[in-house]
Amino acid sequence: MTQIIALVLGALFGGGLYLAGMTNPSKIVNFLDIAGIWDPSLIFVMGGGIPVAAIGFLMLKRREKPVVFDDIQVPTVGVIDKPLIIGSAIFGIGWGISGLCPGPAFASVLMEPAVIIPYLIALILGSLAYERFHR
Amino acid sequence: MTEFTPILSLSGGVLIGLSAAAAFFLFGRVLGMTGIVARTLDFDFGEGSWRPFFLIGLVVTPLVLSMIAPSPHGFEPMGLIPMIVGGFLVGYGTRVGSGCTSGHGICGISRLSKRSIAATCTFMTTAVITVFVIRHVLGGAL
Repeated sequence: MTQIIALVLGALFGGGLYLAGMTNPSKIVNFLDIAGIWDPSLIFVMGGGIPVAAIGFLMLKRREKPVVFDDIQVPTVGVIDKPLIIGSAIFGIGWGISGLCPGPAFASVLMEPAVIIPYLIALILGSLAYERFHR
Repeated sequence: MTEFTPILSLSGGVLIGLSAAAAFFLFGRVLGMTGIVARTLDFDFGEGSWRPFFLIGLVVTPLVLSMIAPSPHGFEPMGLIPMIVGGFLVGYGTRVGSGCTSGHGICGISRLSKRSIAATCTFMTTAVITVFVIRHVLGGAL
């Protein structure tokens, strides 16, 4: 049952990214290009996603434990530290250069493997570089 | 140039939100791509191997949809070098900053996490500056 739910969640997430146009890197870069021909579509993705996600979170908070799993693993530390800001700043630079963040890259890898596989290999190497030097 | 698509993007956003909401309510987990990918690479698949199954649904669904109905949004990627450089910085930065657009941008803001709001403001700002520099200072030469 867990596997079927997880598959459906992945399908909803991937289908949502596809429908929203987030699998086109130029759509992201045009959103970020506020001095150019600005495409505000991404605001609508967040505007649709955040309130719906909030309902799920509020429903979880009213329960002792989630419906399927036995424990809640949602971060509770609220400290804004240096790694959070530096890491996010680096992520933003990479996002602006490529027009892709991890979700849309996975969502488009089977449609456009020649473009996306090099990105994903580099992404995994970046992740491994973190594990090598920071852990 | 890309078309402004408020209805499609809002609808897609609602589907993404539904997925994130269900992950909170059913699994008690944050639907963050950075964590899901990093842990899957560490062979930490989670209860019932939910992480790889989520990734299968994520990877396969857009392909199936594209065979039924071609995307009205098109696909215009950057060149190979921006993809590789960008991919590395995204892979490294999201690990240092503990999240990306899904974990911080959607899930974190939805629960009003101060950390996620700070992270989202930071990556939005550096991304806007990066695109400004590439397109308007370097004249799109990257």
